[in-house]
Amino acid sequence: MSHDIWVWVAALLTLCILSFLYKDNPFYKFAEYLLIGVALGFGIAIVWYNIIIPKIWIPLRYQHQYHLFIPACLGSLYICRLFPKYAWLSRWPIAFSLGASIGMSLPLTLQAGIFKQVQSTMLSGFSISAIIAFIGVVATLIYFYFSAEHKGFVGGVAKTGIWYVMISFGAIFGYTVMARMSLIIGRFEFLLHNWLGVIK
Amino acid sequence: MWNKLLNLDRRWIFIVTAICVILPFLFPIGFPTNVTPPTQRIYDKIESVTEDGPAVIVSFDSDAAPLPELYPMAVSLIRHCFINNTKVILWGMNMQGVGIIQMALEDVKKDFPEKKSGINYVLIPYLPYPAIIIMKMGEDMHKAFNTDYYGVSIDSLPMMKDIRNFDQIALAVSLTGGSAWGTWVSFANQKYGCKVATGITAVGAPDCYPYLQTGQLVGMLGGMKGAAEYETLVEAKIAEKGLNFKTRKAACIGMDTQSVVHIVMIIFIILGNIAYFVTRRQRNVA
Repeated sequence: MSHDIWVWVAALLTLCILSFLYKDNPFYKFAEYLLIGVALGFGIAIVWYNIIIPKIWIPLRYQHQYHLFIPACLGSLYICRLFPKYAWLSRWPIAFSLGASIGMSLPLTLQAGIFKQVQSTMLSGFSISAIIAFIGVVATLIYFYFSAEHKGFVGGVAKTGIWYVMISFGAIFGYTVMARMSLIIGRFEFLLHNWLGVIK
Repeated sequence: MWNKLLNLDRRWIFIVTAICVILPFLFPIGFPTNVTPPTQRIYDKIESVTEDGPAVIVSFDSDAAPLPELYPMAVSLIRHCFINNTKVILWGMNMQGVGIIQMALEDVKKDFPEKKSGINYVLIPYLPYPAIIIMKMGEDMHKAFNTDYYGVSIDSLPMMKDIRNFDQIALAVSLTGGSAWGTWVSFANQKYGCKVATGITAVGAPDCYPYLQTGQLVGMLGGMKGAAEYETLVEAKIAEKGLNFKTRKAACIGMDTQSVVHIVMIIFIILGNIAYFVTRRQRNVA
């Protein structure tokens, strides 16, 4: 059994969270709120020491980079959300962030996520997997095309599309089970190995 | 009987699952781990990097939630780089990610006490707006990060003297429980041609397959299975080199449990379906 107090703290909090599987209870609530508080505190500390001090305060105070005053002021407007009368001012930094990030990411995301994917769907060779992928893309797109009634040829292709969709749901569900089980495996491994020491 | 099964208290299912999780830990079965091509490609890419060649980026772009899947990946990747004397840059897009990758580094360093910060590896602190940081890395890493995690100027680090941008990066591996790999693909691969791979939680793995097919992702470690595969490859490398490390194959140990629980899940699904159809037929007859 571990002699590390922090392992004990983590183990007891793990048990608190797992107790929710029986039913909602104060131990679960305590662990849940503690997590939220700790995560928020951690975030504030990281932002303070990694961003505000080295990226704003030091350049402004010691390196005389006064142009940083503009983004610093713009960012500070987020605080206005706390005051209903001036909350509208917080929309300015939100608008700036949204505009900048969409402008930056849109062309690259379209290139990487749409054009390159469409290009690879073209039948450049006659491999079986390429043909299967091509039929799947076309059939699934037709299934989601609702301007024509799903009857006759269109209906047949749409039915093929729904088969592709169902198979992909099955694959996603299988992977999801694996992911969720990994979480519980990780916790039990921690309890049995790090805390209780019953497994090596 | 079937009606009873359909109305079974879900807590019985939790108990059965818990038993099936615990038993394989206590009595390991040792299911074999077969390495899949997406995992092999990441391994081969790192193997192809020479000692004085380009560096590898390992970025932990997630919080602590998917630790059981991603942590063994981080440990194996860093270990692999250290065995090959490959330079490695460690980072995290996520606030907690930097702390987690540092934890993985400290774990691996127990077997490699001679590895030094700034010479064999560089740990980068958390910075906000990852897309902007990646773009700045593509221009000049020395401007993207002024200092390393320990506050030492990037310019003064011997390892970083020849590393300016993605031209000196052989591979960037994003370990993520979300869509951070997409940011690497869009900004590092699409804009600067940097080779990108991902280690991802199982729930996100299906999204990556189209990008593997196009080659936008060099490889993928999918969930605990991917982590176990990489552990197996690194374990074989350790044996081949005749090294004596106390490696704990956390993902391989977990995969025994994973396999048993999956069988139980399949049985649950089959039983649930039988119960549904039998009771529906009984209702129709009545």
